[in-house]
Amino acid sequence: MPITMPTTKTRMAALVAATALASMSVAGTAMADDDTTSACLITKTETNPFFVKMREGASAKAEELGMELKSFAGRIDGDHKTQVQAIETCIADGADGILLTASDTSAIVSAVQQARDAGILVIALDTPLDPIDAADATFATDNFKAGELIGTWAAGRLGDDADDARIGLLNVNVSQPAVGVLRNQGFLQGFGIDLGDPKKWGDETDPRIVGQDTSDGNEEGGREGMENLLVEDPMIDVVYTINEPAAAGAYQALKAMGRENEVMIVSVDGSCSGVANVRDGVIGATAQQYPLRMASLGIEAIKTWADEGIKPEPTPGKDFFDTGVSLVTDQPVDDVDSISSAEGMERCWG
Amino acid sequence: MAKPEVTRQESNAARNDASEAVAEFQPHRTGLAYRLQHALHMNPALVPMIVLLLSILLFGALLGSKFFSPFALTLILQQVQIVGIVAAAQSLIILTAGIDLSVGAIMVISSVVMGQFTFRYGIPVPVSILAGLMCGMFCGWISGMLVSKVKLPPFIVTLGMWQIVLAANFLYSANETIRAQDIETHAPLLQLFGEKFNIGGAVFTVGVVFMVALVLVLTYALRHTAWGRHVYAVGDDKEAAALSGVKTDRVIISVYMLSGLICAFAGWALIGRIGSVSPTAGQLTNIESITAVVIGGISLFGGRGSILGSLFGALIVGVFTLGLRLLGADAQWTYLLIGVLIIGAVAVDQWIRKVSV
Repeated sequence: MPITMPTTKTRMAALVAATALASMSVAGTAMADDDTTSACLITKTETNPFFVKMREGASAKAEELGMELKSFAGRIDGDHKTQVQAIETCIADGADGILLTASDTSAIVSAVQQARDAGILVIALDTPLDPIDAADATFATDNFKAGELIGTWAAGRLGDDADDARIGLLNVNVSQPAVGVLRNQGFLQGFGIDLGDPKKWGDETDPRIVGQDTSDGNEEGGREGMENLLVEDPMIDVVYTINEPAAAGAYQALKAMGRENEVMIVSVDGSCSGVANVRDGVIGATAQQYPLRMASLGIEAIKTWADEGIKPEPTPGKDFFDTGVSLVTDQPVDDVDSISSAEGMERCWG
Repeated sequence: MAKPEVTRQESNAARNDASEAVAEFQPHRTGLAYRLQHALHMNPALVPMIVLLLSILLFGALLGSKFFSPFALTLILQQVQIVGIVAAAQSLIILTAGIDLSVGAIMVISSVVMGQFTFRYGIPVPVSILAGLMCGMFCGWISGMLVSKVKLPPFIVTLGMWQIVLAANFLYSANETIRAQDIETHAPLLQLFGEKFNIGGAVFTVGVVFMVALVLVLTYALRHTAWGRHVYAVGDDKEAAALSGVKTDRVIISVYMLSGLICAFAGWALIGRIGSVSPTAGQLTNIESITAVVIGGISLFGGRGSILGSLFGALIVGVFTLGLRLLGADAQWTYLLIGVLIIGAVAVDQWIRKVSV
């Protein structure tokens, strides 16, 4: 998931129409009577390239299968109310299935339950709900594995020097959201560091960790967080970043100190500008995720549900359906499968 | 602020060092509290300056050379440069008893215009930069016209402009980030404000120098030009200013246009700071700039305060942010303390207002 900081921006007034439709749904509107299978896609925002790609994948697949697709989005990341209204609209509309990237993973659960009670298949895309089984299925990136890939790569790349590494970590924010924890802890595990409690970051005692700071998942925050880490220890040589904009910001801070060529930056996402930064040597390696695949698989699952009444099964050994992640780097190491930045470019999003 | 009988002392105090001003002034009444109150009334930037010095000393004592080094101290300057520049724009508006919620949005759209004009249309970089600056000024002009001619409250006008400008920014940019590497190769001028130079371990950037120069020039203009005195007069009592022959509408429009232009410069500085052009940057800049202005002792009722104060206000926030992070405190403590500072600053402002000279 592309991580952005929820802002305090004023949320917009309620959509009167959606509320009206919601009250209709309480009256017990069931699934659509016509033959066309219909699906809803509800994303956090419609501006983030990650969700744009998701919508592309969903509408292409829906068209191919002859399905009707309606797209909704919150106005900003964290806009929970608009998402609830969208679910209510989909119930009233008699949709067969909903694909949802939730802004507030626990608060949305009751609205999701309403939809499921109305016989709608709800699939969480990219962001698992809390609890994860609140949705019928979850199609997402294995974020722990994404972190593990870049961690193993970084350790492999350093070889024996990994024992003396000076590691700085740039997380998203202090609230420790699940995706951020998974990537962070995955990275540390991959690097060979004892995790302590894998449910949170910051409790590790390994002296190689210089510090953990925040980036808000954007360039500004990445730069500031990196500067703070450099005050703590100017000789940091490995930097983990929550996503590629944060990595780009961290690189600027390193460049201002003239250390950009001595420090290895790793990241997660696989956006087109991030992969271009791998190509240009800004980022050493990034773990690429696949929003388009999440969405098209989701649409297929809704079709199967509508036609045959079968729900999708999670990947064996996991509580969600893993849509895959690949390591993108131009400096491959043994023991870690990777694709080149040229290949990453073909599959990138945004 | 227009109190002719104290003008001479006021300018003396402004010229001299703050502590000397306290010693030099001859009050009508005696008593330490009264003298302090009066000195603060004369020098609104005094409180934030003292708080700034104390906080630097405090963190210096707690953290030692890690904090008290040229590197760390100039780093704070770099970290506050964007908010510092925008706070200067915000100060101008607040001095006229207005408020501008759209400053951050204007900053971002200006930087996006500079970037997209260069990379989408292939326009020469200086022309694109000029277009970006004009864009910022144009946004300010719209707000200024609505506030002065249509007589809408500034809060409403800029609340609307914030949404309009931000939406226009996302629609126009398609939320596309222009990468630092592309800008470096094809349009290094866009990153001008990020250029740095070292003076004995201290690192300064063009953006930092610009911020300080901007504040000094504005301080001079506000104190010693007719336009500056009119800005104060309009903020203090618009009716009285109009009756004294000040063209209040013109002053207000000029302030909003200048503020828009300064925000556009902040947009240019933002490119230097983060390297890239990002339409999602600066989401909280409006709140951060208001915070700096309020901590800097500028009265939200208009007509009182020094623009130097808002620079100190921004620096106080920067010192606390870096200091607390180096101490290993949870970042929420920073926000909590900033909240305390805001309320404290306004309380002090109210106390000072009670002074009768």
